[in-house]
Amino acid sequence: MPDVGRWFGQSLILAGFVTVIGFFSQRPTLVVFPPDRAQLVVSFAHGAERREACRRLTPQEIARLPPQQRRPNTCERERLPVRLVLAIDGNQVFDGVLEPTGIWGDGPSRAYLKFALPPGRHHLVLKLEDRGRGDAFAYVSEREIELGAGRRLAVDFKADAGGFLFYG
Amino acid sequence: MERIKSALRLAFAAAEARLGRLFPPAWNPLLNLGALGFFFYWIVTVSGIYIYVFFDTGVSQAYSSVEYMTRDQWFAAGVMRSLHRYASDALVSVMALHLLREFALDRYRGARWFSWVSGVPVVVLVYVAGITGYWLVWDRLAQYVATVSAEWLDAAGLFGEPIARNFLSPQHLSDRFFSLLVFLHIAVPLVALLLLWVHLQRIARPRINPPRGLAAGVLAAFLALALVYPAKSQGPADLLSVPTEIGLDWFYLPLFPVLERLPGPLTWSAALAVFAMFVAIPWLPPMRRPKPAAVDLANCNGCGRCFADCPYNAITMVARSDGRPFSSEARVDPALCVSCGICAGACPTATPFRRRAGLHPGIDLPERSLAALREAVHAAAARLTARPRILVFGCDFGPPLGGLESPQVGVVPLVCSGQLPPSFVDYVLSRDLAEGVVLTGCAEYACHNRFGNEWAKARMARARDPHLRERVPRHRLRILWAGPLGYGRLRETLDSFARELALTADPQPGKRNPSVLETGHA
Repeated sequence: MPDVGRWFGQSLILAGFVTVIGFFSQRPTLVVFPPDRAQLVVSFAHGAERREACRRLTPQEIARLPPQQRRPNTCERERLPVRLVLAIDGNQVFDGVLEPTGIWGDGPSRAYLKFALPPGRHHLVLKLEDRGRGDAFAYVSEREIELGAGRRLAVDFKADAGGFLFYG
Repeated sequence: MERIKSALRLAFAAAEARLGRLFPPAWNPLLNLGALGFFFYWIVTVSGIYIYVFFDTGVSQAYSSVEYMTRDQWFAAGVMRSLHRYASDALVSVMALHLLREFALDRYRGARWFSWVSGVPVVVLVYVAGITGYWLVWDRLAQYVATVSAEWLDAAGLFGEPIARNFLSPQHLSDRFFSLLVFLHIAVPLVALLLLWVHLQRIARPRINPPRGLAAGVLAAFLALALVYPAKSQGPADLLSVPTEIGLDWFYLPLFPVLERLPGPLTWSAALAVFAMFVAIPWLPPMRRPKPAAVDLANCNGCGRCFADCPYNAITMVARSDGRPFSSEARVDPALCVSCGICAGACPTATPFRRRAGLHPGIDLPERSLAALREAVHAAAARLTARPRILVFGCDFGPPLGGLESPQVGVVPLVCSGQLPPSFVDYVLSRDLAEGVVLTGCAEYACHNRFGNEWAKARMARARDPHLRERVPRHRLRILWAGPLGYGRLRETLDSFARELALTADPQPGKRNPSVLETGHA
């Protein structure tokens, strides 16, 4: 004959266990971003120009290569770094040099920057240089944006699409 | 560290003892953590297969398909979704408890390193599987989890194109990427299952299924939870807005707020350091590695009982190498042997009735031999002056034996209760070394060496070789499985046993109480 007390105790233990599981599966809640802020994300993966331009091989150089590797041009792998400048409402919030990725420095430079902004209108200035020419930025973009609380604006960069792209 | 471990050990023993009052010994949830982990894994698998039928892997359809399950199919797919979620959380819980318990019981060193080390990547894979699962719902929580975990992976610098860029805007997130996540969410648990198989390779007779009653109770409890408090989504993901307040799953995601706030190199270094530490734990000092069991071929007749009883697959039976007329001999793999002595307790040649100088069983522990055990029996018996005299055989992990000794009670420590050959009980009683024998050790189903008390109990009950001899007056033997907190119960047992022995002189040994008197379990 089953011991009712033990059955009850077992049920209580199992009920307690699933209660803990159920509760901590979704509670307590956590504020992961201030509800009175908006977010700006600037992210891209862009390969700058190579450190040395491609050049034609001389006939002697071509002749020295194994037959299956003979080609007219040679290109060094290493790329230049990318310089990015970001100003929000006249304040420069980022001015950095993004080194190329990869063991040989031949990969794209990567950026992933996040900023929390107060809601409202903002003036963005984005500048990018990928030719190693210092302050002579190859790409410059200025834009007025308006963000509500909790909204998010993403900025990407694609050289073949003309430069900076805005999503939001 | 030893103090922490000791405190944990006592905490587990106390919790096991309390649960032992409510559950039958075989059902005690804390003694079935590994098996419950498997059980939850299967619940997750079955419920996952079911909800996959209704799940749409497209970015824009994933959320609505999960909502359809939760709302329109709440009685079937909705329940399955909740089971999938809650069983995953329960899996993490029992896995953590299992790891903590093995650590507290010091069951990760020496030959046990393999099970520990092979279990560490399983923990990682379970977390990877759970986290990718959260991505698939594609609600606000998923958006947060996906963004933070992708940013963290990118911080390692292993990927040319940052993964987090997939979540930059709705235009950046493709169905193909989502399909990759589905693939990961299915493949990773399968790899974990493969590793679990590896994890069990050095364990004989692993318990991978909980007792049916416990499984039924657990399943019923989780079904009730799924119906009363179903798992719900937290609104559709929107990459043009930021999740602000979310309900985290604290079993899988407690570190996400930390990952989000601290620099990637720091969190990666910490994660790798913790992983390396967990892998290295078995070799961290203090190192304790008792000598493994050794076979004495001159006394081994190849009966195979040690092979049958070894809980760690450390013994194999191989072709005879000494030319004696037996088909096989036992061979111990030192890398697998935990030196529990259960093999010595199983050896039919391990009888103390042999001449004193010649107690060399076919298999024995070099550092705690049965010859030394016989000496300890004689020494303890010699100190007994008050009748009825009682000898207590107790294992290293059972009730503490210190303080028990008196003119009436002598103690003989064992590595494991399974180390005691039943012939020792016969020896003590027939040689009039004591009027009574008490065998005590870990609580039932909680044997430190997996099967020590189970085999000892079966041997004394004559259900497993080597049997306790018929002539032994079994009312003069008491067995108590009580665990490290069982000192009080052991004292009570000794008091009542002494009173009974005083009342019942034994004029005709072997013709009284037909069964071993077992005084219960924790």
